[in-house]
Parts: sequence; structure tokens; C-alpha cells
Amino acid sequence: MDAAIIGIGMTTIEKNKIACNYADLAWEAVNKALADASITIDDIDNVITTSSDFWDGRTISCMAVGDACAVRHKNCSAVEGDGTFGAAYGLSRTLSGDYKTTLVTAHSKGSESISSIITNAAFDPIYERSLGLDMISASAIQAKQYMHVTGTTPEQLALVSCKNHKNGKDNPYAQLPMDITVNDVLNSEMIAEPLHKLDCSPVSDGCCAIIIANAEFVKKVKAKPVWIKGVAFCSDAYFMGDRDLTKTIALENAAKKAYMMAGITNPENEIDIAEIYDAFTYQELMWIEGLGLAEYGNAGKLLEKGIFNKNGKLPVNPSGGLLSGHPVIAAGLYRIAEIVLQIRGEAGARQVNAKRGIAHGVNGICGQSHCVWVLDKEK
Amino acid sequence: MGNIFHGIEPSVYKSQINVPYQWWAGETASKYFIALRDEKKILGKQCPQCGKVYCPPKKTCPSCFTETNAWKEVGPKGKLISYTIVLRQLAALQKKVPVAFGLICIDGADNAMLHYIGDVDVNNITIGMEVEAVFADDRNATINAISHFKPLT
Repeated sequence: MDAAIIGIGMTTIEKNKIACNYADLAWEAVNKALADASITIDDIDNVITTSSDFWDGRTISCMAVGDACAVRHKNCSAVEGDGTFGAAYGLSRTLSGDYKTTLVTAHSKGSESISSIITNAAFDPIYERSLGLDMISASAIQAKQYMHVTGTTPEQLALVSCKNHKNGKDNPYAQLPMDITVNDVLNSEMIAEPLHKLDCSPVSDGCCAIIIANAEFVKKVKAKPVWIKGVAFCSDAYFMGDRDLTKTIALENAAKKAYMMAGITNPENEIDIAEIYDAFTYQELMWIEGLGLAEYGNAGKLLEKGIFNKNGKLPVNPSGGLLSGHPVIAAGLYRIAEIVLQIRGEAGARQVNAKRGIAHGVNGICGQSHCVWVLDKEK
Repeated sequence: MGNIFHGIEPSVYKSQINVPYQWWAGETASKYFIALRDEKKILGKQCPQCGKVYCPPKKTCPSCFTETNAWKEVGPKGKLISYTIVLRQLAALQKKVPVAFGLICIDGADNAMLHYIGDVDVNNITIGMEVEAVFADDRNATINAISHFKPLT
């Protein structure tokens, strides 16, 4: 594919970034991304902002960060959903030939609202919303069924939390770097069975920006390009009851397409690193399987063997993942930015040996839709 | 930058976003709700292409992009596909914890619906258990015309 990521910018992920409104967050991330690419805002010819009106507490939330992204007198469009989907739109614009550089931003400030009420509003108002489910209780239903069908244990879920919070200690952007044990997770508050507090990602504030450029522009800049080799997304049915929640058909389809584009036939052996949307511990295991990095129901066992540790055969979320900080909407774009740093060899204390990596984002209740990115050092 | 708020309260604009909104249930959900309210009957609707019966009923089959056409009476019994017991008083909850939510496949339907599990010690809920719809005494034409599902054993 004739496009690369030439710059990334991340704010630190925090519980409550009181010094910044969300345009201020975008300002920081955009300027970091421009500096990272060694270009100026004049080199950007179109902008995609990614946000959610409900999380931002205002309609047309994309417009509120526009000034901080220099959209005035530029072509700007918006995506409501995870940042990986915003980036996929940005990529398609770059590949259209009409644009040479696309700036993509994604932001949210979970601290400013009540996540349970916001995520309850994702449920259908006619059939479901009045029951009072939210993202945690709905995910708990999925976790329970996944564990029942696959035999995945609470201890294996807890181990995901231990691994990712420990990895977060090497990530200066992480909100919750922690040394914790399996017992700490199992003894933490049971919020909704089988999910303990430490099985759930925190509510966070943050903004991430990336710059996508076509091959011609890449030649002109000093920045180290990270090449985009495959991108695909796929959706499943809206209602939880219309899906088999223990299966990841949408993710499998997205991954297969992205791998095909990238020429990957054996993902377990051909991918060096994965940054995965671990909003909950069980989801990291489910998504690892859906991405073809483990047999169905086997991710927990491979985790116990250390395969997915930072020093394992296939490091998963060496950044600490969403469990170490989960700015909704931005979280998937952070995954892309992390893979870019890893492939460049600029990931600091969390660096692993990686030439090719995947980034993954999720939209919707219990993984209704998935977006998969394959990034590579070589074009 | 972080220091500017040291020792002082940052300025915050507080609001309760409260936008009145009404969702029309539409003809498919209306028929389903009216049957719950007036006849204590649970209706599903079948896709002519794949043959699946959906309860709650959908106008469009999520698998086939086909309009469902045949109404079927289903339930009131069903099987518990999965569940959770919520122990933290999450803000969206309408009841005091513990609250048990279930994903129930109604007998005669091919999909599942979300609802409460009740009339049971929550510790005795298991995946696969047989359950039955309990209708609310005071029923309106909403999903709450069913009060909850109770285990049969």
C-alpha cells in the first residue's frame, strides 16, 4: 500500500486532565505529531477528527476540536467511533490520490461524565435501554459465556490484568502502572460477575493524533515512515442476542482481510507485536483468538506460558493496553501510535524486537465491530 | 502547566444534559408490546429466507437483509444463554443490587433477549437453566410488561 504513518502524538492518559479541555488535548497531540514528522501544519491538506457526541456532552463534537487541528479553510471530515476507524477513513482519503497528508485525531474525556449512563445509551431504547445495562454489565454477560464455553478461568483473566498493569510501568503515557498479583485481581471488588474491578479498564482522558502520508510525500520528509500494509474492518449484528457472543466472527473477517492485504499467511509466526483493545481482561484473550494469534479457547493457556509477555514470543500490549488507560474513542489510535513507536525502535523502556505489528480497535457493545491494522518497517 | 491549579479549585461548568426525547416503537415492536400487555403472549417474527424466528421481533433479519414476515407465538419458557450478577450500584441500574441480567433464548426463537432474572437466590443461577417469563401485574406496552424471567426448577 502506498501510504505510511509519518508522525504520532499522544497526551499522557490520566484519570482527570483538569488543565485541558478537549481542544487543548488535541492541540498537544497534534503539535507532537507534527514535530514527530518534522513537518508543519501547512503540510497537512486534510483532517479527520474522531469523537463521540455523547462522551463529549455536545452535538457535532468534531467541530469543537477543529481549531486545534487547523481545519479552518481545510478539508475536514469526522468519524464517530474508535480512532482506528477514523484512521481507516483518513487512509482511504490519502490513497484516493486527492490528498497527500491526512491528520487524524481522536479524543475523549471520560472524567467529565458518568460512563455507566453514557454506555447505557448505546442500548436500543425500544427493547433494552430501560433495563439498565451498561458496558460493564453487558461485557460481564459475554465474559461469563466465553468462560463457560472455553473453560477460560478467572485466574487467566487476572493474569491479563497483572501483565498489562506491569507493562504500563514502562509506559510514561499510562494511567495505571501497577505491580499486582492474581490474588489482588481476584480479591478486588466484584462489580458484575465474573468481572472484578481489576478486570475492567479505567475511565480516562486523552488524545492521540497520527499523520498518514502518501508514498510521494514520504520521500520528501525526514521522518521515519512506518508503512501501512493492511487495514480492514468488519461489523456484526447490533443486538447482543442476535450474535453468538462467544465467537468473534467480525474480528476474524477483519483480520483475514488485513492479513491478506499484507501477505500474512501465518499470523502467529509472522507478527512480532500486537496492541489489542483490552477494555476488559477477557476481551484481550477473545481478541487474541479472533486475530488468529491463538487457537479458539487457548489464549489463556498461552498467556500462562508467558507467550504474550513483553519478553515472550508474541508480546501483546507492552504499552499496558487499555487496562492501563482507556480514553474511549482515542484508545484504538493509541494502539496504532504504540505500534509505530515499536517498529521505529523508539518505544523506550517498553521496546520489544518488532519489525511488523498489528493494532486493533473496537466499536460497539461486546465487540460488535473491529478494525485491524498491519504496520511494517518495510514498504 | 499542572501547577496552575495548585491549592485552588479549577473552574468547572456543570450541567445536567436533559433533552426530552420520545422513540416511536414502530409497527413491529408495537405489535409485540401490545401482545405482552393485553394477552401475556410473547411473539416472534420469522425470516422467510433463513427461517430464523426473532424474539424480540425485528422487521429486518440481521443475517439475511430480508424483511421478516410470519408472526409466531413463542415462549413463555426459555433457556438462559448467559447472565451476570451486578454487585456494584452502577449508575444506569434501575434497581438495587444485586441485579441479575440474563440473555434468554425463548423457546421457539433462534436469537436471545436481554432481561432480568428474578425469584431466585442469585447464587443458584446457572447457564443453561430453564426459565419462564413472569408478567408484570401492572403492564404497559413496553419491554417492562415482562417483569423478569424466573427459573423453572
